[in-house]
Amino acid sequence: MSDNLGNLELIHVFYWLKELLLSTGLGEPYVTIVSYVVLGAVTFGVLALLALFLVWWERKIAAHIQQRFGPMRTGWHGWYQTIMDAVKLLQKEDVRVDKRDKFVFFWAPVVCFVAAFLAYVVMPFGNQLIVADLSIGILYVLAVTTFTVISLLMAGWGSNNKYALLGGMRSAAQVVSYEVPMVAAILTVIVYVGSLSMVDIVEAQSGLFINWFIFKLPFGPIAFIVYIIAATAEANRVPFDIPEAEQELVAGFNIEYSGMKFAMFFLAEFVNMFTVSAIAVTLFFGGWNGVFLPSWVWFLGKTFLVVLLLMMFRWTYPRLRVDQLMEFAWKFLVPLAFANLILGSIMKYLGWYW
Amino acid sequence: MSDPGSVGIAFWILSAIVLISGLLVVSLKNIFHCALFLMLCLTGVAGIFILLHAEFLAAAQVLVYVGAVSVLMIFAVMLTSNLARKKIVQTNQNALVAFVSCVAFVVGALWLIKGTEVWKFATEALPANNTMTIGKLLMTEFMLPFEVVSVLLVAAMIGAIVLARGEEA
Repeated sequence: MSDNLGNLELIHVFYWLKELLLSTGLGEPYVTIVSYVVLGAVTFGVLALLALFLVWWERKIAAHIQQRFGPMRTGWHGWYQTIMDAVKLLQKEDVRVDKRDKFVFFWAPVVCFVAAFLAYVVMPFGNQLIVADLSIGILYVLAVTTFTVISLLMAGWGSNNKYALLGGMRSAAQVVSYEVPMVAAILTVIVYVGSLSMVDIVEAQSGLFINWFIFKLPFGPIAFIVYIIAATAEANRVPFDIPEAEQELVAGFNIEYSGMKFAMFFLAEFVNMFTVSAIAVTLFFGGWNGVFLPSWVWFLGKTFLVVLLLMMFRWTYPRLRVDQLMEFAWKFLVPLAFANLILGSIMKYLGWYW
Repeated sequence: MSDPGSVGIAFWILSAIVLISGLLVVSLKNIFHCALFLMLCLTGVAGIFILLHAEFLAAAQVLVYVGAVSVLMIFAVMLTSNLARKKIVQTNQNALVAFVSCVAFVVGALWLIKGTEVWKFATEALPANNTMTIGKLLMTEFMLPFEVVSVLLVAAMIGAIVLARGEEA
C-alpha cells in the first residue's frame, strides 16, 4: 500500500491515548478500559453524524428521483434538516403505551442502536485505520448483526400492538432466511482469501482494480449480486421492507415508539445500511485500495457509491409480497449462492483463476 | 486484552451476566423475558470464549445460538397464543428435592476441584490463526464426527417436519 498521504493511524492514536492516561498514574487495567471507551465514543460520534447525513442524502435522492427538490429551506439545499429533525424528536413527548411490556419496550431501541454500531469494531476504514483486526473479522460482523433481529422482535412484542408484532415477526423470518444466501456469498470470497480477517480480505485485493474480488473471482458479479440483494433484505429496505410495510402494517415494529426512542430505530436503520455497504466494499470492491488519495477517502467514497445504489433500489422498485419474498430467498437465491460457492471452490482447488 | 488485570475485570463482569441471566431464565414468569435472558446468558458465554482466545467458537455461539436457535424460540413463543400473555409457573412439587440435589452436586464438585492438586495447562502458545486450524482439523482428523453430526441434524429436522405436518398426505 503506497499511500502515506493523510494516513490516519487509529491504532497509534490509541497507544498515544494509553500513554497519556498511564502518565496520570492510573492502573493498567483501568487505562485499557478507559482508552477503549474513548475510542468507542469517538467511533460512535462519527457514525451518528454519518447516519444524520445519510438521512438527508436519502431524502434528497428520493426527491430528485421523484422530480422534487426535497428539503431546501434549512441551509444550502437543506443540509441541516436532519439535525433540526433530531432536535425536534429530542423535544417530543415520550409516548408510552399503557399495556406495554415495560422492560422489553424500554430495551428494544437500546439493543437496536448498540447492535448497529457493534460491527464497526472490525471495519477497515483505511490502511491501519481499524479499531481491532480480529482473526474472525467477517464472522464477527455476521454474529453481531443478529442482535438487530432480536431488537426488532423485542420492539414488536413490547409494544403490545398487532401491527408491531406482525412487523417484528416478519422481520425475524426475513432476516433469518436471507442470512443463508448472504453467508454463502461471503464464503465465496473467504475461500479465495483463506482468512476471515477484514485486513487480510482487503490486502488480498491490493494492486490494480482488476484485483478486486468482483472481477477476480470466477463468478464475482454473481456473488456480489446475491450479497447485495441479501444485504438489502438484512437492512430491511425496499424492496424487502415488509417489516414496516406502511400500507399493510401502518409503520411496523416501531409504530408505538415516539421521540428519541423512534429516532434510535431510525438512525440504526441508516447505520445498518452503511454497514452492509461498507462490507460490500470490503469484500468485493477492494476496501481501502486505491491510488493517489488517502485510503480512507477511497473506502468512504466506494461505500457511498454502494449506499447510493441501495437508495436507488429503494425509490425505484416496488415491494415484494411476503410469500414472494420467502420464495425468492429459498428457491432462487440459496441455490444460486451455493452453486456459486461450490463452483468457486472447485475452480480455486484446480487453480483456474488469476 | 493483553494484560491480566483487565481480563480479570472482564471475566467477573461476564460471569455475573451469565449467572444472573441464567438464574432469571429459569425463574421468571414471562416466557418471552425468559427467552431474552437466555440470549443474554449465551452472549455472556460467548464473551468468556473470547477471553479464552476461542474467537471462532464465540462467533459461532452468537451466530447459531443467539442468532438462529433463540430467534426461532421467540418465534415459537409469539406464534403460540396460549403462552403469549400467560404467567407461567416454572417449578413443580419436586422443586425442593431438585434444589437440594443441585446444591449437593455443586458442593461435591467444588470439593473435588479443591482436592485436585495438578491442573493440566496447555504448555505451548495457541496458533495465531486458530480458526484455520479448527477448519483443517474438522475436514481431516474429525471428518467422521463432523459428518455424523450433520446427518443427525438433518434427521432431526426431517423428524420435526414430519411431526409438524401431521397425518395428511
